[in-house]
Order: sequence, then C-alpha cells, then structure tokens
Amino acid sequence: MSIDQSTAAKVAKLARIKVEDAALPALADEFNTILGFIEQLNEVDVEGVEPMTSVTPQRLKRRVDEVTDGSQQDKVLANAPDAREGFFAVPKVVE
Amino acid sequence: MSDLNKLGLAEARDALRKGDTTSVELTEACLKAIDAADALNAFVHKTPEIAMDRAKAADVRIKAGEAPSMCGLPVGIKDLFCTKGVPSQAASGILEGFKPEYESTVSQKLADAGSVMLGKLNMDEFAMGSSNETSVYGNAVSPWRRGNDDAQLTPGGSSGGSASAVAADLCLAATGTDTGGSIRQPAAFTGTVGIKPTYGRCSRWGIVAFASSLDQAGPMTKSVRDAAIMLEAMCGYDLKDSTSAELAVPDFEAMLTGDIRGKKIGIPKEYRMDGMPGEIEKLWSDGAEMLKAAGAEIVDISLPHTKYALPAYYVIAPAEASSNLARYDGVRYGQRAALEAGDGITEMYEKTRAEGFGHEVQRRVMVGTYVLSAGFYDAYYNRARRVRTLIKKDFEDVFAAGVDAILTPATPSAAFGLGEMTDADPVQMYLNDVFTVTVNLAGLPGIAVPAGLDGQGLPLGLQLIGKPWDEGDLLNTAYALENAAGFVAKPQQWW
Repeated sequence: MSIDQSTAAKVAKLARIKVEDAALPALADEFNTILGFIEQLNEVDVEGVEPMTSVTPQRLKRRVDEVTDGSQQDKVLANAPDAREGFFAVPKVVE
Repeated sequence: MSDLNKLGLAEARDALRKGDTTSVELTEACLKAIDAADALNAFVHKTPEIAMDRAKAADVRIKAGEAPSMCGLPVGIKDLFCTKGVPSQAASGILEGFKPEYESTVSQKLADAGSVMLGKLNMDEFAMGSSNETSVYGNAVSPWRRGNDDAQLTPGGSSGGSASAVAADLCLAATGTDTGGSIRQPAAFTGTVGIKPTYGRCSRWGIVAFASSLDQAGPMTKSVRDAAIMLEAMCGYDLKDSTSAELAVPDFEAMLTGDIRGKKIGIPKEYRMDGMPGEIEKLWSDGAEMLKAAGAEIVDISLPHTKYALPAYYVIAPAEASSNLARYDGVRYGQRAALEAGDGITEMYEKTRAEGFGHEVQRRVMVGTYVLSAGFYDAYYNRARRVRTLIKKDFEDVFAAGVDAILTPATPSAAFGLGEMTDADPVQMYLNDVFTVTVNLAGLPGIAVPAGLDGQGLPLGLQLIGKPWDEGDLLNTAYALENAAGFVAKPQQWW
C-alpha cells in the first residue's frame, strides 16, 4: 500500500491539520516509511484472535448517574482563547 | 549538611525525621542547583514560591511528628501533569499559556504525601519522542558526556527533563510517564531508576493523554528504594479514572529484602537483536550472572511475538493519539491561530493545529487518522489490536510456567548525541523503544536499573519485567540487582 500526495492531502484534511501543497511529497514519503514498517504485522497469523479492548481483565466502573459538580463556568472558560458572555466564541459556523 | 540536593528520597527523609536538616534547607539547595543548571534545560517552569510554601508547611508537620511518607521531599513534575495554576503544556506550543484550574490525581497524591513541587520538567511534545528533541522548550540536555567530548547528549525521552534533573541532582526525584518506554529509556540513558507500574496502578486523571490504553505514570529516582517510596505515594484507586484499579497499595519499601533466592528469572531469546552492541550483550549476561549469584534461577524463555510489538505500537499509539489530540482545536484552551477575513471554523482548526503542533506530533496524528479511516480500520487498527492480544499472551504463558520476572536490556544502545538522529527516518528513532514497548502493550510493570558504563563512560541500564500488580516483588528483584551491580557513577559537573 503506497500513499500518494492526494491521499496525504486527504489524511491531513481529516486530521484538520493544514499542510501546504509543497510539503505533501515529503509527508507522503514519511507515511510510506512508517506504513512500510507497520506492514510487518501482515506476517502474523491472527485468525481467531480477539482484538484487545482492555489490557487488564476488568470491567469499566460505573457510577450512579447523578450530578457531582458544576457551576464552574468561569473556570471552564478561563483558558479559552476567545470567551464572550459566558460562551466559547468561534468564527461564524452557519452560512 | 552540605550538598543536600544530592540526597535521595530515603536518605533525606531519614535526615528530616532525625532533625539533621529541614525541608526548607533541602528545598533551597535544590532551587539553587536548578538556577545553576539552565544549560540542561530540564526545569522549564520553576515554582520556587510554591516550593518554599510547601517546604515550610512540611517542616511544621515534621516538628509535630505527623509527617506523611514524602513529607518535605523536593521533587520535579513532568510538564504532562496538570498542576493547578501552574503552566502545564505537555511541551507543546498549542497549550502555551494554559494554566489548569485543577490538579492531576498523581501530583495531588504527591502533595498530600507532603512532597515539595520545585517546578515542571521538560519532555518531548505530548510525550511523543525518545530524545526530548520534539519539545517546544528546546532540547533537554543530559548531564552525562562521553569522556572529555563536550558534545551534548540526549537524556532520552519522552521524560528527558525528569531524567536529566534527577541525574544532575536538581531534585531528589521526579515524576515521569511511560507510553512505550518514556520512563525506562531516559532512566537507562542517565544512570537513574525508573519504574512503569502495571496499567491501572496510577490514575491517569489530569495527565495530558497521549495513548490512553498504554499511558502510565511512574517515579524516576536515584535508587530502587526511592522508587518504592515514591511509587507508593503515586498509586491507588481513583474514581476519576475508570481504568484505575481498585486494589490495595502494598508497602513497597517494606518488601525490599534483597532476598531473591529461588526466584525464576526469564531471559527472552527474542531480545537478542541483530547488531546489538557487544557492551549491551555483556551487560545483559553480567546481570543474569548477578541474579544467579544472589540465588535466583535463570531460565531461557521465548516471547515469540516480540518482533511485532513495535509495529503494533506504531498503529495503536498514533490511533489513540489522533483521537485524544482532537481536543486541541483552538476553542477551549491553549492557542488559536490568527485568522484571515473569511476564514471559517474549519480554517481555524486547520491553521491552529498546523501552528500549534510540532512536526512529530502532526505526523503521528495523521498516521493515526489514516489507520482509523474508513477502509483501513480492519487492516491496520484491528490487526494491531489482535497482535497486541498475542503479545500479552506470550507473557502470560511465560508467567504461567513459573517465571517470576524477565531480564532484558533497557535500551539497544547508550545515549546518543542531540541532533545525531536528525537525518534518520522516523522508524530509526522508534527502535529506541524496542525492549520497552512490549511491556506497555501487555500492561505489565517494568523497571530500568543502572547496571554499568559503556566504553565512553555512559550509563547502561537493564530492565526487569514483572507480573501484573506484582510491583513489590519486581522492586525487590531490582533491589537485588542494584545491590549486585553497585552502580555509583555520577556525571562530572560541567553546567
């Protein structure tokens, strides 16, 4: 499986990372090096083997569905690059 | 007492309790050492006011005879841990200016145990790296040098600042985190001790997430005893991390008897890599001899899927990272890129992440995005998770056959020079974790113990791998190895 520039551009788009066109060939090369390394996994017989979901044999804990904290709007917004009137502010989303 | 910063945790604790020194004196000695060591670039956010406040409070408690286990002991905290009101940016530009409104469970536990936070430590960006060269703060530098050669060496990564700071006696101990070897590799490179506990021993709450199914916090210290003391303070069940284990935390220090008679130590043949330097091979066989001389039984074992651990890791870890790092979008915290007129929210995301993430982080996020994307999920991600099941089974089979611990080299070489790997392809750098990454995939505890010096005078470490939840026994075997190896070398101060 070889990654070309248009696939690299598509992956960058999916990851929401802007990559200039000029940087795409080098990025595609790096992907191919890494994926070439990963291809070794095809040598392993995984027939009938379950994909691991949890490394320790434990059930994820559940807790009672109740409010345990809240009323911290100022703290939640304290690190926002742009917060106004108690909200996170972003560029216009709706056309 | 002089050179208080050179003490380990156990020695300093005992001195404090005897009244031979005070936490204020210890803390002042460390702060002075930190200010004189800017050349190492280990501490990237210094917190002297917090340190002195906590030291004074600790001295009051010690006087009152109610000192908890780490009362008054000055430590450094890796930048990956969220610390309330103190910059916590995972060495990334995207979190510049971020000051958490909360404290990570592990750093809170250390504070509750009375320890004194000196500041935040350098690391690879989002813990992605093996040389501390991907940090937005610049490289952390090892205090070690090759003889009289003044070339700067890597302290390893990703917990490079922690390793450098402990090795250079800027603090008594430090926290690290380990996703594929990020505690054990830097410990081995700097002649220090580092343990990654069983997955679930330490709460991950408040630690910036890299690959959630692999990440674990652990201590980086000057001795195995210190590792036992600090690990005990760090671990324990936490409601806020659903994967943290509801198990009692043993008194690890009390388990350090040094008696390993009758223990079965496995030597895995698959760890004998082609092109392994003779010095590493000799260190490994010397280590096995030492454990044998201490009464352990050495047995040859096989972990047949070892070769596939690194490729499986480089599917699973980037996949989880691409998901975890989706939160850095320029909305809730950290940096947002400057936008041009007409830019919408997608441009904001794309520009923010292109500016805020460094090259290695971008690469891993995109590899992760690719292996999770439609059409490739089964071929890459699910296959890697199946291989992970097999890797874990390799260990289970060996432990079921009566093996108590496994001895391996910690790294394939001694520390390399900063910049020496710049032109290598990314896979060459990834090979640093070849002996450590299996342990994360299997969720096991692993510890790096300094065991010797190479021909250029650089430290080399051995790794011991233990059974799940058996850190106490693992620490005891490491203690026996430490006693036998008698590693006492320290870097010559040049900084």
